[in-house]
Amino acid sequence: MKLAFFGGLYSNYLALESAIADARRRDVQELYCLGDMGAFGPYPDRVLSKLRDTGVTCIQGNYDDSIGNELSDCQCGYTDPRDNLYAQLSYDYTLSNTSREHRDWLRGLPGSADIERNGVRLHLCHGSPRRTNEFLWESTTSDGFLDRLIDPTGANLVLGTHTGLHWTRRTPRGRRFVNVGVLGRPANDGRTNVWYTLVDLTGRGQGGQGEPKVEFVSVDYDFRRLSGEMRAEGLPEEFSETIETGWWTTCLEVLPSRERRRGRC
Amino acid sequence: MSVSGRAGDAGQVELVGLDELWFQVAGTRCNLTCTHCFISCSPKNDSFGFLSLESVAASLAESVEWGVREYYFTGGEPFLNPDLVEMLVRALEYGPATVLTNATVLKDEWLERLREAEENGRYSLEFRVSIDGPEAAVNDPIRGEGTFDRAMRGVRMLVGHGVLPIITMTRTWPESEDQVVLGRFREVLADQGCDRPRLKVLPRLLIGAEASRTCGYDATDRVSARMLDGYDSDQLICSHSRTVTDRGVFVCPILLEEPSARLGGTLAEADRRFTLDHGACVTCYQYGAICTNPSGQTFEQMTGPVEGEAGEGVG
Repeated sequence: MKLAFFGGLYSNYLALESAIADARRRDVQELYCLGDMGAFGPYPDRVLSKLRDTGVTCIQGNYDDSIGNELSDCQCGYTDPRDNLYAQLSYDYTLSNTSREHRDWLRGLPGSADIERNGVRLHLCHGSPRRTNEFLWESTTSDGFLDRLIDPTGANLVLGTHTGLHWTRRTPRGRRFVNVGVLGRPANDGRTNVWYTLVDLTGRGQGGQGEPKVEFVSVDYDFRRLSGEMRAEGLPEEFSETIETGWWTTCLEVLPSRERRRGRC
Repeated sequence: MSVSGRAGDAGQVELVGLDELWFQVAGTRCNLTCTHCFISCSPKNDSFGFLSLESVAASLAESVEWGVREYYFTGGEPFLNPDLVEMLVRALEYGPATVLTNATVLKDEWLERLREAEENGRYSLEFRVSIDGPEAAVNDPIRGEGTFDRAMRGVRMLVGHGVLPIITMTRTWPESEDQVVLGRFREVLADQGCDRPRLKVLPRLLIGAEASRTCGYDATDRVSARMLDGYDSDQLICSHSRTVTDRGVFVCPILLEEPSARLGGTLAEADRRFTLDHGACVTCYQYGAICTNPSGQTFEQMTGPVEGEAGEGVG
């Protein structure tokens, strides 16, 4: 059986539509989204309608908690004033353009989920198993720390998002962590595609011994249409630039040096 | 001020998990004698000594079972310890590492070796450079004559080796001027080729040399148990850090001169709750996560504006 995991949507409904279509072509049985449905992009209600109409099982991210409870900011955990300025522009737009019904739905989402499929125990979270807005970057997450985070979950496989960059690692104690990436914006690599994660448990079966197969799937979508709509909605030009170039232009201060060096800004 | 408690009912903080392990690798020995130093480091202060490579290696090995996320190397000036480069190379085998330096004693061959170790491994190596103002007129009275230019030379060296430094500055100006100062910092750093700096403003800690330069804490500057109700203790590094020194394991890198801050000889002995019975704890409480690389949330960000004076949070 195959499961698809979407991370941070950031209102990118066009990428979400492409990813759902791609997952269906691959015979994926179950679809999950690990939170942060809003931010950055246009028309926040569109991703929410699509998620609900498609029956995607959703986890609440920090953004969804904020929008659902109408908090004053997104709780993204940025520390730089410029980053926070852009985050606030984006948040105010998203809050005022998310319908009451969708806000209620976001408020009721669970902060994590535990599922078992084909004998594999999966723990689904947004940032880390212990904190919704904890950044787990590949270059600042030690092996020992990963195992400590995974221990209380009892899971074989832990999946999160929140940073915007996908990566995976097998821990010394034989579990696996996957940052599933995000559909909302490119991975700061100069390419316009976005990413989701496919977990294939086909080889497992009852008592199966095979490891879950984890694959990062590249998704192309009509990014020019998205950036045009972002401009039309009056969202910052820097956001559209990221969509069109594949390079992040904002919210960079939280990046560790290794990840930051790979980018342009 | 509005967030002080009363002496006598100090709050207590448990070690929830050991996220960061600090190494006081240079003890209190520094090539500079900054007038605001909270542990009064200088070329002659040897109240804490250098850590040996063997002891750091042993702590790194021990840290795995604690699930430590990252390692910090501080002093004094860490690069005065002749084994520092080897210590950092070994730390990078276990996890991400950060070194807190004044950038005035760097050598190209050290930086070459460290960048090579970082590129060949999996984890980030961060350089945190202390510069206490965007020009010599602000920095030098604190850090010493000529230190601004020397630190800028160090920044150029770091950038030349592909390092993206974190620049930290202790606020000796009104908090309302932060954005102006940060803007000026971005300009002068860009002139050195450092066009992607991460900047972190630190509050003054009114202990050590700073207590003589300006003033110390009042006896009423304490974090009471009541003040911790509903407070996110994750903002206090004593809930997720310990500091290894040549004189045992301390609760944090700040309170080294406080006898009660020494929690034991080993990490296991230091795995116990700490009583926030010190004025400096109020500054951590107010500003949040002042020692770790990402900034924390200030008390006001967490709760909304508090009544009364915001200021530096003392007296």
